[in-house]
Formats: sequence, C-alpha cells, structure tokens
Amino acid sequence: MIERIQFTLNGEGIQVTVDGDRMLLWVLRTDLGLTGTKYGCGASYCGACTVLVNQEPVRSCQTTVKDVQDQDVVTIEGLAKNGELHPLQKAFMTHDALQCGFCTPGMIINAYALLRKNPRPSVSQIIEGMDENLCRCGAYNRIVQAVQAAAEETKGAA
Amino acid sequence: MKDDQSFERNDRERTRGFQVNRREFLKIAGSGIFVFFTLGDALFLQQEGWGREPLPTDFNAFLRIAEDGRVSCYTGKIEMGQGIVTSLAQMLADELDVSLGVVDMVMGDTDLCPWDMGTFGSRSTRFFGPPLRAAGAEARRVLLELASEHLKTPVHELTAENGVIFDTKNRNRRISYGRLAKGKKIERHLKEGVDLKKPHQFEVMGRPVIRQDALEKVTGWAKFAGDIQFPGMLYAKILRPPAHGAKLVGVDLSGARQVAGIQVVREGDFIAVLHGYPDVAELALSRIKATFDKPESDIDETTIFNHLLNVAPDGEFVSGAGDLQKGRKASTSLFEKTYLDGYVAHAPIETHTAVVKIEGNKCTVWASSQTPFRVKEEVAETLGFPEDHVRVISPYVGGGFGGKTRNLQVVEAARLAKLSGRPVQVAWSRAEEFFNDSFRPAAVVKIKSGITDQGRMSLWDYHVYFAGQRGSEHFYNIPHHRTMVHGSNWRGTPGSHPFATGAWRAPANNTNTFARESQIDIMAASAAMDPLAFRMQHLTDEKMRRVLQVAAETFGWKPGEAPSGRGRGIACGIDAGTYVATIAEVDVDQDTGQVKVKRVVCAQDMGLAINPEGAAIQMEGCITMGLGYALKEDIHFNGGEIFDLNFDTYEIPRFSWLPEIETVIIDNKNADPQGGGEPAIITMGGVIANAIYDAVGSRVFQLPMTPDRIREAMEKA
Repeated sequence: MIERIQFTLNGEGIQVTVDGDRMLLWVLRTDLGLTGTKYGCGASYCGACTVLVNQEPVRSCQTTVKDVQDQDVVTIEGLAKNGELHPLQKAFMTHDALQCGFCTPGMIINAYALLRKNPRPSVSQIIEGMDENLCRCGAYNRIVQAVQAAAEETKGAA
Repeated sequence: MKDDQSFERNDRERTRGFQVNRREFLKIAGSGIFVFFTLGDALFLQQEGWGREPLPTDFNAFLRIAEDGRVSCYTGKIEMGQGIVTSLAQMLADELDVSLGVVDMVMGDTDLCPWDMGTFGSRSTRFFGPPLRAAGAEARRVLLELASEHLKTPVHELTAENGVIFDTKNRNRRISYGRLAKGKKIERHLKEGVDLKKPHQFEVMGRPVIRQDALEKVTGWAKFAGDIQFPGMLYAKILRPPAHGAKLVGVDLSGARQVAGIQVVREGDFIAVLHGYPDVAELALSRIKATFDKPESDIDETTIFNHLLNVAPDGEFVSGAGDLQKGRKASTSLFEKTYLDGYVAHAPIETHTAVVKIEGNKCTVWASSQTPFRVKEEVAETLGFPEDHVRVISPYVGGGFGGKTRNLQVVEAARLAKLSGRPVQVAWSRAEEFFNDSFRPAAVVKIKSGITDQGRMSLWDYHVYFAGQRGSEHFYNIPHHRTMVHGSNWRGTPGSHPFATGAWRAPANNTNTFARESQIDIMAASAAMDPLAFRMQHLTDEKMRRVLQVAAETFGWKPGEAPSGRGRGIACGIDAGTYVATIAEVDVDQDTGQVKVKRVVCAQDMGLAINPEGAAIQMEGCITMGLGYALKEDIHFNGGEIFDLNFDTYEIPRFSWLPEIETVIIDNKNADPQGGGEPAIITMGGVIANAIYDAVGSRVFQLPMTPDRIREAMEKA
C-alpha cells in the first residue's frame, strides 16, 4: 500500500510516499540516494546493510519502511557531525580497518551502537558484539583494534 | 548525498579523454610532461601463455605531470581492497620527489587508461612497480633538465624536493614542477637504464601511510558499481534455472506483468523483469511461474572426487629428477596418500554488479570487475558495437579474490539495456552470486613418497588432479622425484565440473600446499623428527630456510616430534615469487571435533615491501580468509544444483574465529618486490592440518577439516 511515511533521517525530518512494505535498505539507496548502506546478503546474515533506528543497530534489508515511521534513522552518511568525522570513522582510517570497504559502513554503524551500550568494551566483548557482521577481506583484527581505539578516544562519550 | 550529478559532471569532463591512440591523446591532452611505459606483466603473461590479444609493444600505462603540479598515473588496474591505489602512488611519489597528496591514480577506465589484461595473480606490485618507478625517475630527470635550462644551473647542482627543484648553492633559486610543465608538451618513452632510488633513499616507500581510499570508504561516499544511478535507470532481475544445465520448459509471466510499472523482457530463455526499484523487480521475479527440466545427476560433494579421477586427463610432466624406481628401493618406509579438496566460493560481500548505459551508438559501463578491458570486448560483442564505442569505468570493487575476472553480469546488463532501451543495473542477489560463481575447483592430490632408515626423503611422486599447476612443485631436496599435473588449469576440462570453476585467491596453491605440507609432516612423524628440523634437513634454499627460522623464532617453536599434544603445526610454500612460512596453534575439542585456531605466526619474504603496513594487512587478510577453506567452506551440490546460497549454510570466517595473528615481513629491500595479496593464504590448510595432528594424533586428508571429519579421523586412529 502506498503511504506517506515520515521519519528522521540523519537528523532531518523527511517524508516519503512509498509502499510501506518495501525494505528500508532499498528506499534509502534508491528513493533517497543514500548508497552508503549496502546490500550484502538480503537475509540479515552479513550486516552490510546495518543502520541505526533509535540508536539501535538494525538490518535495513529486513526492516520495512513503515517500521521506521516516526523513528530516528541514522546511516553511515549521518555519522560525521559538522564536517567532523566520528572517532570510529577516524579510527577505521588510522588502523587500516578496511580493505575493499564494502562491509565498512555496516561495521562502523554496528560498532557505534556497541560503544553506545558499552563504552569500554573488552576485546572479547567487541568480538561478541561484532560477530554478526561479515568481512570477506579478513580485516577483523584491525576492526577490533579500531573499535578499541575509538572507545579510548571517546572515553565513553560516543 | 545526491552526488550523482557531480559524478556525471566529472564524467563528462573525463569523457574528453582519449582512446588508446597516443597521438590522438597527445593532441587533446593539454600541456604537461608525459612518460609512457609498459608493465612488466605483459611479458610475463605472454610467457605464461595468457596473451590472447597481441600484447602492447608500445605502452600500457603512463604518467602525466600537469601545470598545476599534480601527477596522474593512468593504468587499467583496479582497486578491490588490495591497496594498490596507495602502494602504486607511494612508488611514484618517492621516485618523483613529490608528496603522496599530489598523486592521482586513474584506474580501470578503458577510455582514459591504456589496455591492461586485468588485476589478478598478485602481479600489480611485482610487474607494475619497477617500470612505474622508472617512469617516475625518468620524469624527474626531464624536470631536472628543464630546471637546469631555466635556472641556468648544471643538473648536478640541483636537487628536487616535494615537487620543487632547488639550486643547492642558493635555495632561493627554485622552480616548481608545475611551472616547468606549464605550456609544454613533452613526451618520453621509458627505455632501460633509468636509475631507481636505493632503499636508504626512500622517503615514501617502505613507510606506513593511510590508505588513499580510506576517507571515502568510512563515510559511505565511495562509489561501487551498484551505487551508480541515473534518472530513468531500471534495475533488472533475471530468471535463473534451479540448476546449471536445467532447461526451461514452460513459463507464465502474467503474475509478473501485473506488478505496476514493471517491464518484462524476453529473448529466448533469457527472461528478466525491470523496474525503477530493485526490490519491486525482485517481487515481480518471484511472481514468474517457470518450469524447468532438471537433468539427473549422481555427482555431489562426496562422489565428485571419484568422478574427477575417472575423467582426469593424462598427467603433464612439470618437473622431476633421479629415478623413481631407485627412489622406491632406497626407501625403507613408503607413504601413499590421497588428499581431497572441495569446491569453495569466492563470496565477496559485494555481489557481481554492472550498470550499462547506451546512448546512440555509444555505451558506457560501470562494472565490478577485475578485468575492465575484457568487459569492453564482451560488451562490444554483445551489442555489436565497435570496441571503441564502449567505455568501461571501474568504480571501487567490493572484493574480487579471482571471482570477478568473469563478467557474466555485465553481458546480462548490456543485453537488457539494449532490449529495454533504458540504462540498466544488474546487481546479483546473494543466491545468484553463489549460483553463478566460478568456484575454486574440487581437486585430488595423490602422493607416493618415501624415506630412508636415516630419515632422509628418498622418493616423491606427486600427482595433482584439477587444482592446477601453481604451487605443485616441491622445493625440498629429494633425489628421486617427479611432479605431474592432470588438468593444468583451474577451469577444468569438458565434463569434469558440473558448473563453472576458476581462479580463487592463490589458485591451485592452497590445494597443493595442503597436500605437500601434510605429506612432509607424515614423513617427519614417521622418522620421529621435529617437523621443523625435518624440513630444514631437506632444504638448501636460503630464502625458505630463513622464513621458517623467523617464523619459528617469532612463535617460540620448541622442537618435538608430533603428535606432542600441544596442537602446533608448521607449513611453508612459495606463491607469486613470495616465500611464506606459517606456524599455528590450535585447540581441538576431543568430543565435538571443533577446532579453535588460537594463534598464527606468519613470516614472509616478498623482496622489497613497498608498503609494509599494506603488505601486513594483506597477510592478515589471507590468514583470516584461509581459516574458511581450511575449516568450513565447502559447496554442497547435486549435479548443477547448488545448495549453499547464502551465509547461513555457507559459513565464512567471522570475528569469533579470529586467532591472535603475528606477521613478520623479512627485510629484503634489495630484492625485487614480489606478490603480496595471495601468498600467505596458501599455508593455511596445511598448517592447520598439521596442528590438528599434533593436538590429537589424527590426520584429516580432506578440506575443509570439519568437526565431522576430525571426529571420523579420531575414531579411525
């Protein structure tokens, strides 16, 4: 059913007129042109499509757009504030926590939510919290280091 | 966010570039200093029998210094995570004495960049590096000559720093590269005899730098093929058979046609639905009712190995020496073993994707491909266009691993763009990615080997079936030996594989190294020798001895014969010119057969490491990815029907598998650079097999070493 759906996207209120059963991933990518959120598996196994809804990480390939009616959605494009990269983004850069970069937006968004819940995670808590996000290039060890460094930098104030 | 427009604009600017004709190009290129050069890999590929087309005798890469002082390098190579956008720029910056920030790498655009075979085989740094550096050095020489004229000072009294040439006697007398290039059009062709900087002179090479593509990739700005969108573009979904070889016998498209705004396209058995939203196209696809005739098959992941042996071609002799009969007689213990390796998927997180836009008699393609120039040929052929009417642009590629050397999705997008009359994007679903993948081939290795009563290897008779030749030759001192390859490439022979197979990161070498290094350990155990000492006793190659030694020292290897119960294994090999030795420590759950790899130490001699940090990252990636084929990854199938279609049943390594990883790059600055993207993965099967044996005293002869197979091996022992 075509409906008018409003939500907050990267800090700004927006409204889309779409079939509310469509998945958020495709509305973000095609209707809204935010292509940082990636399709990887279409079944919530890989995490490439992770976005924040009310600060919680969700798989946008399994979330309908009507599910986010009146909710607060943040994508990778919305993480930097006032032209300043988020500490996680900086840490991914300085720790070489990426190779092909395709899983990176989902990794960063998931890590953001992880740090919000647990500002000072141990290595094993990072591994546990990130375990449902897949990287085929094998950058896991660097991602763990980057998340640790970002936690250090934000001192619990992500 | 909506920077499609700027992309378009950029694109228009770039379209004024050139086809491969150098004269044409120079006419329109504006001013600057140009150095044209040929990549070393063209010759290498010709030797390897790769050259399908006449290879360029002229040049296939060039650099330009423009009047704004920026340096651009144009090459048909692509960036897919391996980091060459950074390491190549480093080489150029160093030889030219400019900062890394002024170097632009223009990659994989078939209109702007000269012809290139493709990006695979760990060749970019090895074969691109030396001529690229020489071209940089040549450009620097030209600039010094120009500066000498301009400053009226002899060249030997000048020095270049950071894009500026100074008079060493009076640093106020200076001129920038940009000024020197202004209004000039200087063309140089690289000849031999250019002096390169010595390692102690490096200022950019050999030092860690932040990846050139990092900012775009952490912000979501990086464009991959699927991120290319145009007004009016349609997303296509294609009807697939349930199995390779299945024939379409009936189809009802009425359900799909009822989806609002859908365009249904059919050309014979090629049926697709197109829509402005990919998810709506997917929905329409699900409403197609199709019946297929699926051929029966008794080939699956368990019977495939006998099938392969049955259809295997005769062996081709690769190398050997001595006399196998004598070797057999000299042996007091003989070991005859068979090693099996299943099909493995590439499974990049970005699925195969392409956008094709036809305007009049011209066509532009954005493709996730490791071979953009092959894409150009394929699209031209599909559309019936002359090749110079097709331009392929390579956005960032979201992982390739050898799988994106095949460009089926581009051909599909080209057909659909022609049939629909609209720009078309084809982005495979995960299921299509698995179904259409060219898997790493299932393979068999049979080895007969022997040792004397002194614990010396006396016989080695090695036969590999269908994996391929790479890495099949051993490097140990064995007096009587031969290596035979049955089916010398990974694409198989007609009737061998039920679906496509192809190159997978370090093709053939993973299978060969697993078999060889397992067999070496079997003999070491039989001789009651420490596996490292046994290897050393049979090695004179100094490079191999050194990587083993360094790995052992780094790990803290304590000699002992296996099985020691400690769960430690060792394996070594050579790939793409690079020597690798790996030591792993594992825990094996005796009840479940579950393996946890706790620690991996890997030492590598890759000659000069241009970007040591980048090289270490590639090694870590290899080790991590290698855990998958060693322990879990295996395609389940029946004939042409693939059962693993997503990451639920096809498990790839994840965070929780992560061992402690230590990499050591042996400082070998004075040797030519060798491959870095693949070598460290080759030892992962062998090293884990040997570590499992050391832990539990049972050996697994089949990859992947799943808990079931480990339990089975333990029950047999």
